[in-house]
Amino acid sequence: MLRVLFLGFGLCALGGGANAQAPSTAAAILAEACFGCHGPNGQGATGGAAIAGRDKAELAAALLAFRSNERTGTIMGRIARGYSDPEIAAIADHIARLR
Amino acid sequence: MPNFLTRRTLFAASALLAAPATLRAQTTARLLIIGGGFGGASAASFARRHYPDVQVTLVEANQRFVTCPYGNLLLAGERQINQISHSYDGLRSRGVRVIHDRAMGIDPPAKRVRLQGGETLAYDRLILSPGIAIRWGAIEGYDQAAAEVMPHAWIPGDGTQTLMLRRQLEAMPDGGVVGLAIPANPFRCPPGPYERISMIAHYLKKHKPRSKILALDAKEAFSKQGLFQDGWRALYGNMIEWVPANRDGRVVKVDPRERVLETEFGTRHKVDVANVIPPQSAAAIAVESGLANDSGWVPVNTRSFEARAAQGIHVIGDANIPGPMPKSGYIAYSTAKQAVASALGGLRGEAPPEAVYFNTCYSHVGADYGISIVGIFRPNADGTAIAEVPNSGGVSPRGDLPEQRRLEAIYADAWYESITKSMFG
Repeated sequence: MLRVLFLGFGLCALGGGANAQAPSTAAAILAEACFGCHGPNGQGATGGAAIAGRDKAELAAALLAFRSNERTGTIMGRIARGYSDPEIAAIADHIARLR
Repeated sequence: MPNFLTRRTLFAASALLAAPATLRAQTTARLLIIGGGFGGASAASFARRHYPDVQVTLVEANQRFVTCPYGNLLLAGERQINQISHSYDGLRSRGVRVIHDRAMGIDPPAKRVRLQGGETLAYDRLILSPGIAIRWGAIEGYDQAAAEVMPHAWIPGDGTQTLMLRRQLEAMPDGGVVGLAIPANPFRCPPGPYERISMIAHYLKKHKPRSKILALDAKEAFSKQGLFQDGWRALYGNMIEWVPANRDGRVVKVDPRERVLETEFGTRHKVDVANVIPPQSAAAIAVESGLANDSGWVPVNTRSFEARAAQGIHVIGDANIPGPMPKSGYIAYSTAKQAVASALGGLRGEAPPEAVYFNTCYSHVGADYGISIVGIFRPNADGTAIAEVPNSGGVSPRGDLPEQRRLEAIYADAWYESITKSMFG
């Protein structure tokens, strides 16, 4: 599980702009959107497919296929069309790492 | 003794003091969250999972959280109260300190919050997710006493209001009229009143088929309107009459004793069960602390969710004005994560991460009949606005699509299970 460590003020550079940890936080937040239907941490729910730990390329391909309407669904096309290529890659990468 | 103010003067005072936040000797940052609903519980859970060294305290008045979502299924007789109630034990086991009390005042310069029970809590960052308040009196005659006769069932609290409306529906004879008063925008859960109409119809069709539903609306259009009206015609025939504002649908006065809903032109609709969904504002603490503007809602920076009126206080959930985003549980759940990252990153001098806000709202129209709306939103660079991503989101397709409706009803249940477990599990 991805963890963004917060080590207290003393260890942190204050006033800096971009931080190496920021992209990971951003990916984690992006992926959180999925868990409102696909179960906590993507573990699945009754009627909601488990996605955690699935292959990264498979996840990205599914999202891209939904986005382009090559794959039909009830709702995933409408969702996938809100995300860019790098965001889809980041979401797939994050969810593939979940166990 | 700290001087806790709950008025606008407090911020004038804070500007005069202007003490820069100094680094405290402690190494554990303290995140204080007020309100344990969709926004606050999501924030607490996310903070514990992703910032394990931060001390997280959640203040919530109720022992259990009764959700607004799926309350309409309770009205239909399809859910019991325990199925839509959630304990805070899961958050406790994640290491959140949960205090069942009510926040009464905020002291921003001292970074302290005073609780009704007497305790004072210090924080490094504050997230307010206080929900909504009812604007008592905005409809003439609709006060707390009237709500004991004509329930709003729009702020579940401990479930009393929702259960009261259910009991009234059960007690109503066949052939009765259920009247609803529906507010103008903005209000909590835009599709909620129309799912409620659907679920009441679902119950009446089965048990009291000669009854009617009279929906008096202060608007002329509503969320998922075409889909709802298609479903109403297909499932409930002539049971539902929806009256828009321009056909004298706006309720301006109620008479609880006579159970009358009175509209703009003076038409008095006598009903057997009255559900008044009144105009709303941000919850009292947000308004009394001067965070809300004249609209009654809290303007926020759209990247950090800091209140415009007070840096370091992040306001999420239905209390804020989220641009085009709906006041929904999913938006509260989604934006809570951004608020946490902004609040805790801000302590380290980090800018808020790039943000995408996500919403899906399912509505049940009947048995095996679900519909949805999706919205994906992005803030602009300086945090002054939010826009929906073009060509994304939108509502379920219209037409005779029974398989789509059946699946969306299943996915609606999956949403409820998933989001509540994600928040409280």
